[in-house]
Amino acid sequence: MSLNLLFWAYTLIWILLAGYLGLLGLRQQALTRRIDRLRARLEGQIAGRQEPS
Amino acid sequence: MAFRTTVRSISLWAALTLCMLVSIHGVFLDAPRERVMGDVQRIFYFHFPAALGCFLAFGVVCFASVAYLWTRERRWDHLGRASAEVGVLFCTMVLMSGPLWAKSAWGAWWTWEARLTTTLVLWLLYVAYLMIGLYTDSREQRARAAAVVGIVAFLDVPVVYFSVKWWRGHHPIVLGRGGEGGLSPEMWPIVWICLATFLLLYGILVGLRMSLARAEDIVLDLEETLQG
Repeated sequence: MSLNLLFWAYTLIWILLAGYLGLLGLRQQALTRRIDRLRARLEGQIAGRQEPS
Repeated sequence: MAFRTTVRSISLWAALTLCMLVSIHGVFLDAPRERVMGDVQRIFYFHFPAALGCFLAFGVVCFASVAYLWTRERRWDHLGRASAEVGVLFCTMVLMSGPLWAKSAWGAWWTWEARLTTTLVLWLLYVAYLMIGLYTDSREQRARAAAVVGIVAFLDVPVVYFSVKWWRGHHPIVLGRGGEGGLSPEMWPIVWICLATFLLLYGILVGLRMSLARAEDIVLDLEETLQG
């Protein structure tokens, strides 16, 4: 019983830590996608301005 | 610049891994078995540093909140949010490991005694702090509201700390006068190593979260400029 509780306490701590790091990774991925979209929009705007009228 | 940042980042993670390994070795192999509670007392070695880490994190939130209201510089808001997230993470660790220890030591997962109840309130307060961002689109408004909550919520930290002295419950007193945590002198070096590990973990996580918040802010600025 005692060892079982000890095992679960440390397991939960590691799961929480891994979960938080995973969450940060997901946020970073989402940010990278937003930056990519932003870059595409900017490139589109620059290309539109450079087109000869 | 990027190279130096990468080297620093790798060094920090390597140091954290080393500290974690030393801590785990200390907790499970070096620490003596506690006479009354037995092996379950080893939960203490991560439970206690996580609790002190969450106090530190919420102290930083309070400091950053005051600094934000004073200067209106966004970096203080970033620091506050980053520290609050890590503080909530540490507080969650405390609230999850505590009941597992309590079940063995007291025979119940949870009792509504002062230390446990005030810690739960603390966790709820900072979860509310983190949720403020969900209800407003204006960044300035959100940062201002969060700063006010960050200062008010910190009032609960001394209440949690002194709760075991003000309202005597089951929870042992580890620090200060009247400390009766039942720690033998051989246990303290391992406690210090675990504290150092959690301090390093706190620094790394806050650094990561702050750089993410800065990047999010820059992207938001750019999006607003493009829309305008």
